[in-house]
Amino acid sequence: MSDVKLKITDRHGVTHDILAPTDMAMNLMEVIRSYELAPEGTIGICGGMAMCASCQCYITSDHNLPEMEDEEEAMLSEAFNITDRSRLGCQISINENMNGLEATIAPEE
Amino acid sequence: MIKTDIIIIGAGPTGLFTVFEAGLLKLKCHLIDALAQPGGQCSEIYPKKPIYDIPAYPEILAGDLTDKLLEQIKQFEPGFTLGERAEKIIKDHDGIFTVTTNKGTQHQAPVVAIAGGLGSFEPRKPQLEKLELFEDNGIEYIIKDPEIYRNKKVVIAGGGDSALDWSIFLANINTDVTLVHRRNEFRGALDSVEKARELKNQNKIKIITPAEIIKLNGNSSLESVTISHNGNEEIIEVDHFIPLFGLSPKLGPIANWDLEIEKNAIKVDTYDYQTNIPGIFAIGDVNTYPGKLKLILCGFHEATLMCQSAYKIINPGKKYVLKYTTVSGIDGFDGSRKEAPKAVVQAINE
Repeated sequence: MSDVKLKITDRHGVTHDILAPTDMAMNLMEVIRSYELAPEGTIGICGGMAMCASCQCYITSDHNLPEMEDEEEAMLSEAFNITDRSRLGCQISINENMNGLEATIAPEE
Repeated sequence: MIKTDIIIIGAGPTGLFTVFEAGLLKLKCHLIDALAQPGGQCSEIYPKKPIYDIPAYPEILAGDLTDKLLEQIKQFEPGFTLGERAEKIIKDHDGIFTVTTNKGTQHQAPVVAIAGGLGSFEPRKPQLEKLELFEDNGIEYIIKDPEIYRNKKVVIAGGGDSALDWSIFLANINTDVTLVHRRNEFRGALDSVEKARELKNQNKIKIITPAEIIKLNGNSSLESVTISHNGNEEIIEVDHFIPLFGLSPKLGPIANWDLEIEKNAIKVDTYDYQTNIPGIFAIGDVNTYPGKLKLILCGFHEATLMCQSAYKIINPGKKYVLKYTTVSGIDGFDGSRKEAPKAVVQAINE
């Protein structure tokens, strides 16, 4: 399986073009952590269980994303800095369909 | 003043297991945790979720892991200061540390082990202007004494269990409760949602959804809140506003203890997980070093090595070698003894 290209804008407004593997069962939050685009301890605090909103991202490209499950929707309903583009990075698995995905990491709460 | 051998800050799995390893070396421990119950994230965030990478447990619920650890350390009689956050640390001339909590409880020991995970759990605060001005002056994040809300006008915001449970509780003591949530659906336990619905039908609770508090009004104390509801703005008079958006961990006061911090974690020497301040160790998710993995099982390993150095600090020059529990058994501080049954040798009689 091949890598996909992602465009991630960090919390300082800097955009990074990165490659993410599609065969390591990674999600967007983990990819961001693996490139250290947000300091440890400020993202993925709950480990990826949709139980905190520290990995909130704004998806700015028009990708067909997986439907939100109840847990993600509930968490986002209590998160801050929400827009209609908000998603939890930990709930977006990286696969071939994500090629070209553009996301901005939401401010730290 | 609570005196012990090792003050453990953080009662998560790593902190709890430290009690066991210290106990084998006849060292007494006292744990401090900001949460009201031991277990750390395992009990606060995901007690009903399974963990699959604890050796010898193909699957164990996080809550059960906590219970097992508590059972394992019981004979070493650890002390607990729960619901209090370690705030200050002072080292005296004899090398003894005094750790004081936010409630003023003092603890003294020659060794401190910080097993604080991602930090102490603090309430998540909504981003509203004048929030700080009204904190403890109309806005509370934690309900300490429900009686103060009796016959008062209270707005609660949030959609989880605590928002629902407190709304129900306060409605039953005659509080004028308005529950505001951004969605129509609540993610609390089913029976709580059911109870809240019943109280709403009986006009004992007002529930406003989908809605959000957008403004706090008042001069020296909170007088009203402005709610955005279906595109309209509505002002509700209040005596208290209680945002209940859950807890999130923050490194907190530990960050000001002159410890070397990197990546929101405490830098340690991997020889024994000691920090830059001799006598203060950092173990589990709270520390960082090259190759660090934030795993419970790594925390257990770190706790074990740390205790060996703690022994040397507490008992300078006193000899000791590692013993195996299977061979030596375990002598509890409560007078109990666990040991392997002796082999029974039987002769074959002719």
